[in-house]
Amino acid sequence: MTDPSVHGHDEHHDDDGIPHVSVKEYLTGFVLSVVLTAIPFALVMGKAVPNSIVLAVVLLAFAAVQVVVHMVYFLHMNAKSEGGWNALALIFTVVLVVIVLSGSLWVMHHLNSNMMPGAHDMQEMIKNAP
Amino acid sequence: MSESVSLTHADGRPVFLDTEGKHHPHNGTLLGFWLYLLSDLMIFACLFATYGVLGRNYAAGPSGADLFELPLIAVNTAVLLLSSITYGFAMIALQKRSKRGLIGWLLVTGLLGLCFLGIELYEFAHLIHIGAGPQRSAFLSSFFALVGTHGLHVLFGVIWLLVLCVQVNKHGINRANARRVACLSMFWHFLDVVWIGVFTFVYLMGSLP
Repeated sequence: MTDPSVHGHDEHHDDDGIPHVSVKEYLTGFVLSVVLTAIPFALVMGKAVPNSIVLAVVLLAFAAVQVVVHMVYFLHMNAKSEGGWNALALIFTVVLVVIVLSGSLWVMHHLNSNMMPGAHDMQEMIKNAP
Repeated sequence: MSESVSLTHADGRPVFLDTEGKHHPHNGTLLGFWLYLLSDLMIFACLFATYGVLGRNYAAGPSGADLFELPLIAVNTAVLLLSSITYGFAMIALQKRSKRGLIGWLLVTGLLGLCFLGIELYEFAHLIHIGAGPQRSAFLSSFFALVGTHGLHVLFGVIWLLVLCVQVNKHGINRANARRVACLSMFWHFLDVVWIGVFTFVYLMGSLP
Protein backbone atom coordinates (compact mmCIF):
# COMPACT_ATOMS: atom_id res chain seq x y z
CA MET A 1 0.00 0.00 0.00
CA THR A 2 3.01 2.33 -0.02
CA ASP A 3 2.88 2.60 -3.80
CA PRO A 4 0.98 5.83 -4.51
CA SER A 5 -0.65 4.33 -7.60
CA VAL A 6 -2.40 1.77 -5.40
CA HIS A 7 -4.22 4.56 -3.58
CA GLY A 8 -7.41 5.12 -5.52
CA HIS A 9 -8.74 8.63 -5.97
CA ASP A 10 -11.68 7.63 -3.82
CA GLU A 11 -9.60 7.16 -0.70
CA HIS A 12 -9.85 10.52 0.98
CA HIS A 13 -8.21 9.54 4.23
CA ASP A 14 -4.54 9.53 4.85
CA ASP A 15 -3.03 7.73 7.79
CA ASP A 16 -2.96 10.98 9.76
CA GLY A 17 -6.71 11.45 9.38
CA ILE A 18 -6.49 14.51 7.09
CA PRO A 19 -8.90 14.19 4.17
CA HIS A 20 -7.46 14.67 0.71
CA VAL A 21 -8.93 17.73 -0.97
CA SER A 22 -7.89 19.78 -3.96
CA VAL A 23 -8.15 23.45 -4.92
CA LYS A 24 -9.60 22.46 -8.27
CA GLU A 25 -12.41 20.50 -6.63
CA TYR A 26 -13.40 23.42 -4.38
CA LEU A 27 -13.20 26.00 -7.18
CA THR A 28 -15.31 23.83 -9.52
CA GLY A 29 -17.91 23.41 -6.78
CA PHE A 30 -17.88 27.13 -6.01
CA VAL A 31 -18.30 28.25 -9.63
CA LEU A 32 -21.09 25.72 -10.20
CA SER A 33 -22.94 26.76 -7.06
CA VAL A 34 -22.63 30.48 -7.89
CA VAL A 35 -24.18 29.82 -11.32
CA LEU A 36 -26.87 27.57 -9.83
CA THR A 37 -27.74 30.26 -7.26
CA ALA A 38 -27.63 33.27 -9.59
CA ILE A 39 -30.02 31.80 -12.18
CA PRO A 40 -32.94 31.10 -9.77
CA PHE A 41 -32.57 34.53 -8.15
CA ALA A 42 -32.47 36.20 -11.59
CA LEU A 43 -35.54 34.25 -12.74
CA VAL A 44 -37.61 35.33 -9.72
CA MET A 45 -36.33 38.90 -9.39
CA GLY A 46 -36.55 39.56 -13.15
CA LYS A 47 -40.03 37.97 -13.31
CA ALA A 48 -38.80 36.06 -16.35
CA VAL A 49 -41.36 33.25 -16.17
CA PRO A 50 -44.99 34.37 -15.89
CA ASN A 51 -46.33 30.94 -14.85
CA SER A 52 -45.77 30.45 -11.09
CA ILE A 53 -46.11 26.67 -11.14
CA VAL A 54 -43.58 26.21 -13.96
CA LEU A 55 -41.21 28.60 -12.19
CA ALA A 56 -41.60 26.73 -8.88
CA VAL A 57 -40.69 23.43 -10.55
CA VAL A 58 -37.66 25.06 -12.22
CA LEU A 59 -36.53 26.51 -8.86
CA LEU A 60 -36.81 23.10 -7.15
CA ALA A 61 -34.85 21.49 -9.98
CA PHE A 62 -32.02 24.05 -9.59
CA ALA A 63 -31.99 23.46 -5.82
CA ALA A 64 -31.79 19.69 -6.27
CA VAL A 65 -28.84 20.00 -8.69
CA GLN A 66 -27.08 22.41 -6.35
CA VAL A 67 -27.49 20.08 -3.36
CA VAL A 68 -25.80 17.34 -5.39
CA VAL A 69 -22.99 19.75 -6.37
CA HIS A 70 -22.39 20.62 -2.70
CA MET A 71 -22.46 16.96 -1.69
CA VAL A 72 -19.91 15.97 -4.31
CA TYR A 73 -17.50 18.93 -4.31
CA PHE A 74 -17.71 20.26 -0.73
CA LEU A 75 -18.77 17.29 1.40
CA HIS A 76 -16.64 14.91 -0.74
CA MET A 77 -19.41 12.34 -0.94
CA ASN A 78 -19.15 9.38 -3.21
CA ALA A 79 -20.21 5.75 -3.14
CA LYS A 80 -16.82 4.66 -1.79
CA SER A 81 -16.21 7.04 1.13
CA GLU A 82 -16.16 5.27 4.52
CA GLY A 83 -16.64 1.96 2.77
CA GLY A 84 -20.03 2.92 1.33
CA TRP A 85 -21.64 3.50 4.75
CA ASN A 86 -21.86 7.26 4.12
CA ALA A 87 -23.89 6.70 0.97
CA LEU A 88 -26.08 4.06 2.61
CA ALA A 89 -26.90 6.33 5.57
CA LEU A 90 -27.60 9.18 3.14
CA ILE A 91 -30.02 7.08 1.07
CA PHE A 92 -31.85 5.99 4.23
CA THR A 93 -32.18 9.59 5.43
CA VAL A 94 -33.31 10.86 2.04
CA VAL A 95 -36.07 8.22 2.01
CA LEU A 96 -37.20 9.35 5.48
CA VAL A 97 -37.05 13.04 4.48
CA VAL A 98 -39.14 12.38 1.38
CA ILE A 99 -41.73 10.47 3.45
CA VAL A 100 -41.88 13.23 6.09
CA LEU A 101 -42.15 16.07 3.55
CA SER A 102 -44.47 14.55 0.97
CA GLY A 103 -46.54 12.78 3.64
CA SER A 104 -47.08 15.98 5.66
CA LEU A 105 -47.95 18.04 2.59
CA TRP A 106 -50.27 15.36 1.21
CA VAL A 107 -52.14 14.72 4.47
CA MET A 108 -52.48 18.39 5.37
CA HIS A 109 -53.55 19.35 1.84
CA HIS A 110 -56.36 16.81 1.97
CA LEU A 111 -57.26 17.86 5.50
CA ASN A 112 -57.53 21.47 4.36
CA SER A 113 -59.54 20.70 1.25
CA ASN A 114 -61.92 18.35 3.10
CA MET A 115 -62.35 20.24 6.35
CA MET A 116 -62.47 23.83 5.20
CA PRO A 117 -65.40 24.59 2.97
CA GLY A 118 -64.58 27.04 0.23
CA ALA A 119 -66.87 29.88 -0.83
CA HIS A 120 -68.57 27.69 -3.46
CA ASP A 121 -69.25 24.88 -0.96
CA MET A 122 -70.67 27.37 1.50
CA GLN A 123 -73.18 28.64 -1.08
CA GLU A 124 -74.24 25.06 -1.82
CA MET A 125 -74.65 24.34 1.89
CA ILE A 126 -76.79 27.43 2.39
CA LYS A 127 -78.89 26.55 -0.66
CA ASN A 128 -79.47 22.98 0.55
CA ALA A 129 -80.10 23.94 4.14
CA PRO A 130 -83.51 22.84 5.44
CA MET B 1 -16.09 -11.23 14.17
CA SER B 2 -13.65 -10.57 11.37
CA GLU B 3 -11.31 -13.33 10.42
CA SER B 4 -7.91 -12.62 9.00
CA VAL B 5 -5.14 -14.67 7.44
CA SER B 6 -1.57 -13.70 8.22
CA LEU B 7 1.27 -13.71 5.70
CA THR B 8 4.69 -12.12 5.89
CA HIS B 9 6.50 -9.62 3.71
CA ALA B 10 9.98 -10.43 2.39
CA ASP B 11 11.47 -8.61 5.36
CA GLY B 12 9.39 -10.53 7.85
CA ARG B 13 6.72 -7.88 8.57
CA PRO B 14 3.29 -9.47 8.84
CA VAL B 15 0.66 -8.75 6.19
CA PHE B 16 -2.98 -8.82 7.26
CA LEU B 17 -5.53 -9.53 4.59
CA ASP B 18 -9.09 -8.97 5.61
CA THR B 19 -11.18 -11.85 4.32
CA GLU B 20 -14.40 -9.84 4.51
CA GLY B 21 -13.38 -7.25 1.93
CA LYS B 22 -11.14 -4.26 2.34
CA HIS B 23 -13.66 -1.40 2.38
CA HIS B 24 -13.87 -0.78 6.08
CA PRO B 25 -13.84 2.67 7.64
CA HIS B 26 -10.40 3.28 9.10
CA ASN B 27 -11.60 5.97 11.41
CA GLY B 28 -15.22 5.99 12.48
CA THR B 29 -15.32 9.63 13.60
CA LEU B 30 -16.21 11.12 10.23
CA LEU B 31 -18.87 8.46 9.63
CA GLY B 32 -20.32 9.09 13.11
CA PHE B 33 -20.33 12.83 12.47
CA TRP B 34 -22.04 12.24 9.13
CA LEU B 35 -24.76 10.27 10.96
CA TYR B 36 -25.19 13.21 13.37
CA LEU B 37 -25.57 15.57 10.39
CA LEU B 38 -28.20 13.31 8.85
CA SER B 39 -30.16 13.30 12.13
CA ASP B 40 -29.89 17.09 12.08
CA LEU B 41 -31.25 16.95 8.53
CA MET B 42 -34.33 15.18 9.93
CA ILE B 43 -34.93 18.15 12.28
CA PHE B 44 -34.75 20.49 9.30
CA ALA B 45 -37.04 18.18 7.29
CA CYS B 46 -39.66 18.47 10.05
CA LEU B 47 -39.31 22.26 10.08
CA PHE B 48 -39.55 22.37 6.27
CA ALA B 49 -42.67 20.18 6.44
CA THR B 50 -44.16 22.53 9.06
CA TYR B 51 -43.41 25.51 6.83
CA GLY B 52 -44.82 23.66 3.82
CA VAL B 53 -48.07 22.98 5.68
CA LEU B 54 -48.46 26.37 7.39
CA GLY B 55 -46.60 28.64 4.96
CA ARG B 56 -49.76 29.87 3.22
CA ASN B 57 -51.81 30.53 6.37
CA TYR B 58 -51.40 34.29 6.63
CA ALA B 59 -54.27 34.98 9.10
CA ALA B 60 -55.08 38.10 7.05
CA GLY B 61 -51.51 39.27 7.65
CA PRO B 62 -48.65 39.93 5.23
CA SER B 63 -47.49 37.19 2.84
CA GLY B 64 -43.98 36.29 1.75
CA ALA B 65 -44.39 38.31 -1.43
CA ASP B 66 -45.11 41.38 0.75
CA LEU B 67 -42.27 40.85 3.20
CA PHE B 68 -39.23 39.24 1.58
CA GLU B 69 -36.54 41.55 0.27
CA LEU B 70 -34.85 39.37 -2.33
CA PRO B 71 -31.77 41.60 -2.90
CA LEU B 72 -30.96 41.24 0.83
CA ILE B 73 -31.41 37.46 0.63
CA ALA B 74 -29.21 37.34 -2.48
CA VAL B 75 -26.43 39.18 -0.58
CA ASN B 76 -26.85 36.79 2.36
CA THR B 77 -26.67 33.76 0.07
CA ALA B 78 -23.54 35.16 -1.57
CA VAL B 79 -21.93 35.62 1.87
CA LEU B 80 -22.69 32.01 2.82
CA LEU B 81 -21.39 30.69 -0.52
CA LEU B 82 -18.19 32.71 -0.09
CA SER B 83 -17.76 31.27 3.39
CA SER B 84 -17.94 27.76 1.96
CA ILE B 85 -15.07 28.42 -0.46
CA THR B 86 -13.00 30.10 2.28
CA TYR B 87 -13.55 27.01 4.42
CA GLY B 88 -12.34 25.01 1.44
CA PHE B 89 -9.14 27.09 1.46
CA ALA B 90 -8.81 26.34 5.19
CA MET B 91 -8.98 22.62 4.39
CA ILE B 92 -6.27 23.08 1.77
CA ALA B 93 -4.10 24.96 4.28
CA LEU B 94 -4.67 22.04 6.67
CA GLN B 95 -3.51 19.62 4.02
CA LYS B 96 -0.39 21.71 3.45
CA ARG B 97 0.19 21.73 7.26
CA SER B 98 0.13 25.53 7.20
CA LYS B 99 -0.94 26.60 10.68
CA ARG B 100 -1.10 30.32 9.82
CA GLY B 101 -3.07 29.64 6.64
CA LEU B 102 -5.49 27.38 8.48
CA ILE B 103 -6.20 29.87 11.28
CA GLY B 104 -6.37 32.77 8.80
CA TRP B 105 -8.90 31.11 6.52
CA LEU B 106 -10.90 29.84 9.50
CA LEU B 107 -11.14 33.41 10.83
CA VAL B 108 -12.21 34.72 7.40
CA THR B 109 -14.89 32.01 7.34
CA GLY B 110 -16.02 32.98 10.84
CA LEU B 111 -16.20 36.63 9.84
CA LEU B 112 -18.41 35.74 6.85
CA GLY B 113 -20.56 33.63 9.19
CA LEU B 114 -20.98 36.64 11.47
CA CYS B 115 -21.90 38.82 8.44
CA PHE B 116 -24.55 36.28 7.53
CA LEU B 117 -25.94 36.33 11.07
CA GLY B 118 -25.85 40.13 11.14
CA ILE B 119 -27.91 40.40 7.94
CA GLU B 120 -30.33 37.77 9.22
CA LEU B 121 -30.76 39.54 12.57
CA TYR B 122 -31.33 42.81 10.69
CA GLU B 123 -34.05 41.10 8.64
CA PHE B 124 -35.69 39.59 11.74
CA ALA B 125 -35.55 42.90 13.63
CA HIS B 126 -37.07 44.68 10.63
CA LEU B 127 -39.90 42.13 10.37
CA ILE B 128 -40.67 42.32 14.10
CA HIS B 129 -40.50 46.11 13.94
CA ILE B 130 -43.16 46.32 11.21
CA GLY B 131 -45.42 43.96 13.16
CA ALA B 132 -44.62 40.78 11.25
CA GLY B 133 -43.15 38.91 14.21
CA PRO B 134 -43.48 35.16 14.84
CA GLN B 135 -46.78 35.62 16.70
CA ARG B 136 -48.49 37.36 13.73
CA SER B 137 -49.55 34.26 11.74
CA ALA B 138 -48.86 30.56 11.30
CA PHE B 139 -46.81 31.47 8.20
CA LEU B 140 -44.54 33.76 10.22
CA SER B 141 -44.28 31.31 13.15
CA SER B 142 -43.06 28.54 10.88
CA PHE B 143 -40.82 30.99 8.99
CA PHE B 144 -39.06 32.19 12.14
CA ALA B 145 -38.75 28.61 13.45
CA LEU B 146 -37.12 27.32 10.26
CA VAL B 147 -34.86 30.26 9.40
CA GLY B 148 -34.04 30.87 13.06
CA THR B 149 -32.96 27.26 13.59
CA HIS B 150 -30.62 27.55 10.62
CA GLY B 151 -29.26 30.81 12.03
CA LEU B 152 -28.66 29.16 15.41
CA HIS B 153 -26.69 26.42 13.66
CA VAL B 154 -24.53 29.07 11.98
CA LEU B 155 -24.00 30.75 15.37
CA PHE B 156 -22.86 27.48 16.97
CA GLY B 157 -20.66 26.81 13.93
CA VAL B 158 -18.96 30.19 14.45
CA ILE B 159 -18.42 29.44 18.17
CA TRP B 160 -16.97 26.01 17.31
CA LEU B 161 -14.74 27.68 14.71
CA LEU B 162 -13.33 30.19 17.20
CA VAL B 163 -12.67 27.45 19.78
CA LEU B 164 -10.93 25.45 17.07
CA CYS B 165 -8.71 28.44 16.20
CA VAL B 166 -7.59 28.59 19.85
CA GLN B 167 -6.93 24.83 19.85
CA VAL B 168 -4.92 24.94 16.62
CA ASN B 169 -2.99 27.96 17.85
CA LYS B 170 -2.12 26.18 21.10
CA HIS B 171 -1.50 22.60 19.96
CA GLY B 172 -0.69 23.02 16.28
CA ILE B 173 -1.92 20.78 13.48
CA ASN B 174 -2.05 17.37 15.10
CA ARG B 175 -4.22 14.37 14.36
CA ALA B 176 -7.00 15.37 16.75
CA ASN B 177 -7.19 18.94 15.46
CA ALA B 178 -7.16 17.77 11.85
CA ARG B 179 -10.12 15.52 12.63
CA ARG B 180 -11.97 18.43 14.28
CA VAL B 181 -11.34 20.72 11.30
CA ALA B 182 -12.64 17.98 8.98
CA CYS B 183 -15.81 17.57 11.10
CA LEU B 184 -16.46 21.31 11.19
CA SER B 185 -15.97 21.35 7.41
CA MET B 186 -18.81 18.86 7.03
CA PHE B 187 -20.95 20.88 9.47
CA TRP B 188 -20.31 24.14 7.62
CA HIS B 189 -21.02 22.73 4.15
CA PHE B 190 -24.09 20.95 5.53
CA LEU B 191 -25.45 24.34 6.62
CA ASP B 192 -24.95 25.52 3.05
CA VAL B 193 -27.00 22.60 1.79
CA VAL B 194 -29.83 23.47 4.21
CA TRP B 195 -29.64 27.12 3.14
CA ILE B 196 -30.17 26.07 -0.50
CA GLY B 197 -33.48 24.59 0.66
CA VAL B 198 -34.33 27.71 2.66
CA PHE B 199 -33.66 30.28 -0.05
CA THR B 200 -35.40 28.19 -2.72
CA PHE B 201 -38.41 26.92 -0.78
CA VAL B 202 -38.99 29.82 1.60
CA TYR B 203 -37.73 32.98 -0.05
CA LEU B 204 -37.88 32.41 -3.82
CA MET B 205 -41.03 30.28 -3.92
CA GLY B 206 -42.58 32.43 -1.17
CA SER B 207 -42.11 35.52 -3.35
CA LEU B 208 -44.05 34.01 -6.24
CA PRO B 209 -47.55 35.43 -6.70
